Amino acid sequence: MSVARYDHGSRIPGWDDAVDLSKDPAEVPDPATMPVPAELRAAIEAAMAKYPDFRSAAIPALHAAQDLHGWCSPEAIEQVACVMRLTPAYLTAVATFYDMFATQPVGRHAVYVCTNISCSLRGADALHSAMQEAAADDPDFNVRAFECLGACDIAPMASVNGVYVGPLEVSDAETIVAQLRAGEDVLPEKQLLRRACADPGARS
Amino acid sequence: MRGPGGEIVSDKLLFKDIDEPGLATIDVYKRRGGYQSLERALKCSREEVLQNLMDSGLRGRGGAGFAMGRKASFLPRGTMDKYLVCNADESEPGTFKDRELMQKSPHMLVEGMIIAAYAADANRSFIYIRGEYQQQAEILERAIQEARDAGYLGERILGSDHSLSLVLHRGAGAYICGEETGLLDSLEGKRGNPRLKPPFPANQGLYQGPTLINNVETLATVPHIIRMGGGEYAKLGTETSTGTKLVSVSGNVQRPGNYEIELGIPSREIVYGLAGGPERGREIKLWFPGGSSSPVLTPAELDLPYDFDSMAKAGSMLGSGAIIVVDDSVSVVDVALKLAKFYRHESCGKCTPCREGTNWTVKMLQRVESGEATPMDLDIIASVQQQIMGNCLCVLGDAMAMPVASMVSKFRGEFEAHIEARRAATGLGAPLAGVGV
Repeated sequence: MSVARYDHGSRIPGWDDAVDLSKDPAEVPDPATMPVPAELRAAIEAAMAKYPDFRSAAIPALHAAQDLHGWCSPEAIEQVACVMRLTPAYLTAVATFYDMFATQPVGRHAVYVCTNISCSLRGADALHSAMQEAAADDPDFNVRAFECLGACDIAPMASVNGVYVGPLEVSDAETIVAQLRAGEDVLPEKQLLRRACADPGARS
Repeated sequence: MRGPGGEIVSDKLLFKDIDEPGLATIDVYKRRGGYQSLERALKCSREEVLQNLMDSGLRGRGGAGFAMGRKASFLPRGTMDKYLVCNADESEPGTFKDRELMQKSPHMLVEGMIIAAYAADANRSFIYIRGEYQQQAEILERAIQEARDAGYLGERILGSDHSLSLVLHRGAGAYICGEETGLLDSLEGKRGNPRLKPPFPANQGLYQGPTLINNVETLATVPHIIRMGGGEYAKLGTETSTGTKLVSVSGNVQRPGNYEIELGIPSREIVYGLAGGPERGREIKLWFPGGSSSPVLTPAELDLPYDFDSMAKAGSMLGSGAIIVVDDSVSVVDVALKLAKFYRHESCGKCTPCREGTNWTVKMLQRVESGEATPMDLDIIASVQQQIMGNCLCVLGDAMAMPVASMVSKFRGEFEAHIEARRAATGLGAPLAGVGV
């Protein structure tokens, strides 16, 4: 029996997405020809100086590059590789390991809805669908279900551009999208930083 | 911690004044007695401080529950670079205690780290905080800068022979980086794959140097141990589980949140007394005593004392101290599937039993969910869990295997009933005409 195969000869779709097999492996970019924005170079060099081994700065450097470019694009990775003197392959391997690095273009507003156990017990799945619906077709939004974000006390919750908000109602989804579009502070009264400790004994 | 009538009275260590405005700044923290333990510790010898940590009986608050003082004593002596790493990756589902501590009292952690580094003779320290905690990282960064400006970090701290640098390192979203060796690889700028143990980090850890790794809560407790004295601290809690513990209660309870308790109080008092129990009209079906990786317990086991040994004796574990309560409106099949999917997503892929085991467990549980499974599949699920446990470099595989195995064995009837109901609803398994049973 013949097995259905893709053009690249494998049965696994997309296994060669990360590479172009017709090219030689990329080397460490030449600093003489690789343009790197000055502020990115400064951020990476400052990070490298903090550690006994410069390679430790890989994650901070990728964070800086992603902040600048919006995602870990091949260009962003090459710029980091150029400053850190590492191969793009090494940095791509690191970037693909971590959930917060996007190796595909994403919207600039990151809305992570926690759908792990504690949040889902309190209705996170409905919240996630509502959030997706509210931001539907808007390329500015990157709405995704995320693993436990460490804020089960405000379940169901979401991290909106790094700001934790909760407990959320399904109807809050529209508000979040509207406030992000208007450039406002998101649900100020539901932000985690304003919440008091639940322990009654801690309130002295 | 008990009043004359047996009621729990407020005697908080970590959560004392936690909501005081401005506690995150060095001025307010010092006004509340902050950094006095550090001054006292630096006047003692390293051995005395270490002895206090040993006497306190403090067990690691991150999950494994290993004695902190003993771990610190494993580091070799000598002039080589030694490292202290604070594990602030807190990604165990249901756990959010370290977040509240770092956000509201970051200096407590910084002070604890300086003292712990002194005891272990470490000269470089790092806080590995999970990437999602962006706001907490900013708060910590400010606190570290304040401590540096005040002379608590740097060369020859307060005129002693102790020097320490502290770097805050943000991760980028990976559950596995909460595992100590995965964390070290990630801190070295690699993918966060766990390493083979031994060698343990105390001998060969960060940059192959001796490394002490502790959880945020463990390190934040250190100033209190120095203030009270190790022996006095050991009087709190039970004989083998000393001190107070932050418990994160979440799920189907009325008042989810962090509570500081003395170890050894009945679990029921935490779930019902502090967190308010389930909503009116609901009953507890099962609860996780120590994060989503711990084997589940039944409502009858709520009468057990909440400490390391009682939980271990009941076949579960205290873990990170995260109690997740699931009430009777939820299907145990959904809980098992949700968990298995999480561990499949977070498996780093290094060891086969975990990479394949988590994947196949999800597939089998999906069949159970849709009613395509037979009760025999439950035996296969149980056997796969058995084959994962203890066969990997780290405990991520076990972290899925333990709760799933415990759910299948304790709630087998419900799994079978679910399969039957789904089969009946979808018309699977209907008797064929003319075939006698």
